[in-house]
Amino acid sequence: MTDSTESTGPTAPKLRLGNGDGWGYAPAPESTDHVELRDRYGLFIDGEFTEAADGRTFETANPATEEKIAEVALASDVDVDRAVAAARRAYDEVWSQLAPRERGKYVYRIARVLQERGRELAITESLDGGKPIRESRDVDIPLAAAHFFYYAGWADKLDYAFPGRGARALGVAGQVIPWNFPLLMAAWKIAPAIAAGNTVVLKPAETTPLTALKLAEIIREAGIPPGVVNIVTGAGETGAAVVQHPDVDKVAFTGSTEVGKLIRRTLAGSGKHYTLELGGKAANLVFEDAAVDQAVEGIVNGIFFNQGHVCCAGSRLLVQESVADEVISKLKDRMETLIVGDPLDKNTDIGAINSRAQLDRIEEYLEIGEAEGAEPFQTSCPVPERGYWCRPTLFLQASQSHRVVQEEIFGPVLAVQTFRTVDEGIAMANNTPYGLSGGVWSDKGAKAFRVTSRIRAGVLWANTYNKFDPTAPFGGYKESGIGREGGLAGLHAYLQPEAAA
Amino acid sequence: MSEQRPAGAAAADRLPVLKTHKVYVGGKFPRSESGRFDRALAPDGTPIANICRCSRKDVRDAVTAARGAQAGWAARTAYNRGQILYRIAEMLEGRSAQFEALLAAGGAAPDGAAAEVQAAVDRLLHYAGWTDKFQQVFSSVNPVATSHFNFSVLEPMGVIGVLAPESPLLGLVSAVAPAIAGGNTTVVLATGSQPLPAVTFGEVLNSSDVPGGVVNILTGRSDEMLAPLAAHRDVDGLLLCSPDPDVARSAEIEAVHNLKRVAVRPHEDWAEVQSPYEITDLQEVKTTWHPIGS
Repeated sequence: MTDSTESTGPTAPKLRLGNGDGWGYAPAPESTDHVELRDRYGLFIDGEFTEAADGRTFETANPATEEKIAEVALASDVDVDRAVAAARRAYDEVWSQLAPRERGKYVYRIARVLQERGRELAITESLDGGKPIRESRDVDIPLAAAHFFYYAGWADKLDYAFPGRGARALGVAGQVIPWNFPLLMAAWKIAPAIAAGNTVVLKPAETTPLTALKLAEIIREAGIPPGVVNIVTGAGETGAAVVQHPDVDKVAFTGSTEVGKLIRRTLAGSGKHYTLELGGKAANLVFEDAAVDQAVEGIVNGIFFNQGHVCCAGSRLLVQESVADEVISKLKDRMETLIVGDPLDKNTDIGAINSRAQLDRIEEYLEIGEAEGAEPFQTSCPVPERGYWCRPTLFLQASQSHRVVQEEIFGPVLAVQTFRTVDEGIAMANNTPYGLSGGVWSDKGAKAFRVTSRIRAGVLWANTYNKFDPTAPFGGYKESGIGREGGLAGLHAYLQPEAAA
Repeated sequence: MSEQRPAGAAAADRLPVLKTHKVYVGGKFPRSESGRFDRALAPDGTPIANICRCSRKDVRDAVTAARGAQAGWAARTAYNRGQILYRIAEMLEGRSAQFEALLAAGGAAPDGAAAEVQAAVDRLLHYAGWTDKFQQVFSSVNPVATSHFNFSVLEPMGVIGVLAPESPLLGLVSAVAPAIAGGNTTVVLATGSQPLPAVTFGEVLNSSDVPGGVVNILTGRSDEMLAPLAAHRDVDGLLLCSPDPDVARSAEIEAVHNLKRVAVRPHEDWAEVQSPYEITDLQEVKTTWHPIGS
């Protein structure tokens, strides 16, 4: 399949190894033996697991096999009410009364148990969400633990959060998270909130509730007082009940820009605090003075990490014209080596698309891109018969007005454009309504600094991509969101400065 | 109307030259494109002057001017922005008597008018000093657990729409100074009951080395101008200085179109509204990663 006669460009490799030429990898599946999954999961309210008041449930399935994993309670307004009431009571009577140092100790405990149960959580994440075990094991779970560890240490240092001002917690936070990094997003939401002294009601995404519910078990195991963290599962209606609840003081949402705007509208005039972490359409700019092989790795990581289900994915490649042929040729070669398949196999690069609905959406964009006149390229790797899969895809010759350039696809689909001058590249990078992230590839330090400073986005990666850390603030400009998560800026999102003395 | 003129009382044998109050857009003093006017009134209802009743088209022109000036203003060094804010303070100090007279005509007691002008000068000075300091206090180097140099800096939001407060000079200065100190440009709706100090403040700005378009000041009615400003897709943030929750709410809803950042300042007394958080509330945080290696 990697016939070398297809090589183009002066630096195309003489020998390329792919999946179909006898050099493939033997299966290396992660054992699921010691992962305990129940058939049925309840809501976590006031320290107890309970059924929904009306007894309704929904199913969560493995997107790699389409098989049901568990039944999960579907929370209604009544359940959300109970959860918010529990959070309010815990805030008033327990959490706000606790010495900050002791509050911090509880949060540290969560970090430690997450590390202890890391393997189980990684497997559960890959089973429920479809992401490759290598990523859940090496990225999602360790970063989730690191987030709790980082924010735990802030609990008794809030006096240093706002120079010249005291700080106080906001109260009850209502939080809604997406399905692309289920446990990590729960950690991003819960860790700073409770370390700063708030209590929370968190709603995980309906396709990936399991690791959040395992986190609930861990929170109970860690002895966190009842009501400090409540987890209500369900779909959009449950999420709406959380963010619209009148007794919620702070709303934190990660998800689509469309839903983010709806939430923002309901919050108008309420004086409530909010952070929105929304969509993106990041450009990865490759300049002619880039280290091309490194850049190709960065492009691949930028768009194919987590099946492209990443709000900050580098979903647009902007490559300087003089190196475009070489970069695209090497990129195609590298893409041919990517293995799509069983998320639990340690060789897998691209796992399952998270849901049927998301696969439909991606496939719709594949049709749109072609209809608009961009030139599609897909790799030839085999994909399993059952489950939801999408081969890594390029749209070459894309134009700035194409929907595959302007709109977030949230899949392994990269739109490719070329530019001539630095200014043109920057202008193209900035020419979408989004502003979450961006990448710059150049071996000239001065240029890298200049370009990163001129891209209107909240996170810029120079000669790297998709790096995350609890100490590094993350969040968008423009329609990619409002507010930051991570670092001190992420702590500010759960505090208010006291009035000047 | 000459007998109600606030400043430059005429000698008996000389007819005073009356001033036409225009607006300040892009460093120029145009009239409203609409040709309409309103009357500025003394507290007893006596007309003091004619002012421009700006339209939504004027709002759009002002946004264009603010956008055109934004990149250049943000690219000025912090030192230079500080000197320009200091220069505004110098110019305002030099025209204290004129502003005292304007405030007195609007109903302020003479002592109060003098104190307000002094406070406004001092406020400009305060923010002039912050231009090259807030970044040091509020940015960070982040100790990430990988081999990267990682830092977060503040960047201006861009174009800020300002609904100016009722407080005609100190409130105006307290809203605009921190916005421009941080590299933003502004479209200011001076729709309070005393618009003349705002119009005259445009003249101060124009003689203070402030590049045209950095501050644009429109007079008229907020019910005509606020919605188009709040909905404008080329405005990045709103600073709503109004104690009326309905005003803030309706502007916030318009702002959802492009997810403008909205800061609400309900203060009626602006004496204490001074802090670096007035600057940082109109900034974005940008995090940048650079690998460390050979």
